[in-house]
Amino acid sequence: MRFRTLMAAAVLVLGSAATARADNVTIQGAGATFPYPLYARWIAEYQKAHPELRINYQAIGSGGGIRQLLAQTVDFGASDTPMSDAEIAKLPGGVVHIPATLGAVVVSYNLPGVAGLRLDAKLLAELFSGRISRWNDPALKGLNAALTLPDLPVVVVVRADGSGTTALFTEYLAATNPSWAQSVGMGKSVRFPVGLGAKGNEGVTAQLKSVKGSIGYIELAYARQNQLAMADLGNRAGRFVAPSFVSILAAAQAKSSALPADLRLSILDAAGPDSYPIAAFSYLLLPRTPRAPEKLQSLKAFVSWALTTGQPLGASLDYAPLPQAVVQRGQELLSTLGKP
Amino acid sequence: MAASLNPTASTHSVADRWFRGLTVAAAAFLVLLLLAILLQLGRAALGALQVFGPVLLTGRTWDPAGATFGILPFVYGTVLTSLLALLIAAPVALGVAVYLAELAPEGAKAPVTVAVELLAAVPSIVYGLWGVFVLVPWLRDTVQPQLQTWLGFLPVFSGASIGFGVLAASLVLAVMILPTLAAISRDVLLAIPRAQREAALALGATRFEMIRDAVLPQALPGIVGAMMLGLGRALGETMAVTMVIGNRADISLSWFAPAQTMASLLANEYAEATEELHLGALAFVGLSLFAVTLLLNLGARGLVRRVAGSAARSPGGAR
Repeated sequence: MRFRTLMAAAVLVLGSAATARADNVTIQGAGATFPYPLYARWIAEYQKAHPELRINYQAIGSGGGIRQLLAQTVDFGASDTPMSDAEIAKLPGGVVHIPATLGAVVVSYNLPGVAGLRLDAKLLAELFSGRISRWNDPALKGLNAALTLPDLPVVVVVRADGSGTTALFTEYLAATNPSWAQSVGMGKSVRFPVGLGAKGNEGVTAQLKSVKGSIGYIELAYARQNQLAMADLGNRAGRFVAPSFVSILAAAQAKSSALPADLRLSILDAAGPDSYPIAAFSYLLLPRTPRAPEKLQSLKAFVSWALTTGQPLGASLDYAPLPQAVVQRGQELLSTLGKP
Repeated sequence: MAASLNPTASTHSVADRWFRGLTVAAAAFLVLLLLAILLQLGRAALGALQVFGPVLLTGRTWDPAGATFGILPFVYGTVLTSLLALLIAAPVALGVAVYLAELAPEGAKAPVTVAVELLAAVPSIVYGLWGVFVLVPWLRDTVQPQLQTWLGFLPVFSGASIGFGVLAASLVLAVMILPTLAAISRDVLLAIPRAQREAALALGATRFEMIRDAVLPQALPGIVGAMMLGLGRALGETMAVTMVIGNRADISLSWFAPAQTMASLLANEYAEATEELHLGALAFVGLSLFAVTLLLNLGARGLVRRVAGSAARSPGGAR
């Protein structure tokens, strides 16, 4: 009698555990901090319609996301820069890059009374390498004849922590200035010849606000929310373009006509009269050989939803939507997952 | 009577043995934990050490993009800011401690003690924010220009005054370690036997002489212990330092110039580092932080032993 009760209890417990496993799928993700507010919004919205699914996204940074993906401790990673071939090779089966949203790096400055500063790639490199050290330098006046630039020393502010923002900014400078590529190079952490370092977009913002005559680079979304002055940058077509959804999307569209098969593409220094020069996709990284195959369908459904229904949700959070061609190609790539 | 003593004694000794075992286990756990951390860091740093050799320690260039790693600027920044902080905080802390232990009227003791303990409980990010928004502008616009006017011939007060830099970091650290130094020093002073003070007074010493000759020498080892704890906090502080030091991997004589510390560098770069060599070099920074802390501790203890002579060997250090 007692044995039978015990058995029944055990079966009940086992049964409920089994159904719990079938119904509740938890997907783990980790990576970039830049798109975190957007991803958090997506997850919250998606879970309303799919209460059986739990998605945990930890904003530990792009580099951390790649490390966790390679260590197979997460189901997906996220990064502001595409993974290198060497990194992809470390994961058996490889990694699929799905662009999730668009970001841009803006150049902000603290010059009271000066609005609409114009800079081009050459001036940027000279400012951030210390060759232009005062704001009334003739080289700056050439592009900004209408502005009264003060006789102040230039204080450069850069990111001290490793970041995709630095990677994007230095990649642009290296691509447009051979001497920058030689002397400084590009990457998430680089040795800038001059300048103060600050941790995070918020740290750079605090230093920019504190020091008159300072100039630094930050994420567009962050600069907008903090109402910082942003420079118009000269693009490949020779026009000066303010950073905005429109100019980022223009840059993405300019490159969308010839998308590479794996979607790892740079939209830096894009052609087209309205393209903003320092923009990039932020990626979701999905392993070709998932660590938990039973979760793959749920993950694919979520990413597919994010590419379509999720895109307009970004506008109120200052994230530009993806061009249609990229969404389509992303969907195609996504559908190849889990198929031999 | 004698018969009933025996069982009691044996239960005692069993309890004693258990107690002893527990304390030994606790101590051993701590040592093992330390060894495990050292081993782990050593293994992580091995790759970078094999590639760079001793240059990793003596090199002055830290350039992750160019795969060149030398940690000397961080060692310099860490030691300089921590020692400056200690130099600034120690006299003030000693003053607070002597006042609280020897001179303060009963009514003043409690409020000052509470204030000191409250300061110790403030999170470091708050000190960092205070540094960015209050201290740095004040240093930039008032203090540093004045220092430059009067003492500008000293190389440490040369260069542009941006506010963010070694001086700002040292001052923030000084404020942060002050409560630790003051609270422990006070406890040490209070532990000096009352009879000692009375003896000094009975011999005709003034209050100042009593403190100088009868209390402080006895308390010195304990006070140095307090300083070591404070120094430890300064060496390992990350957030508040990162926010005000300017984060540059340079060695500059000027205290107005930006610098970088080991702990702050780790906090900044570890999360985004993916290259093997970069990670290895960062692990080596962690290992070196251990070594610097140990060396400074040993150095200070040696110093005390020489200065205090016999006082250091007596059991006066209560901490």
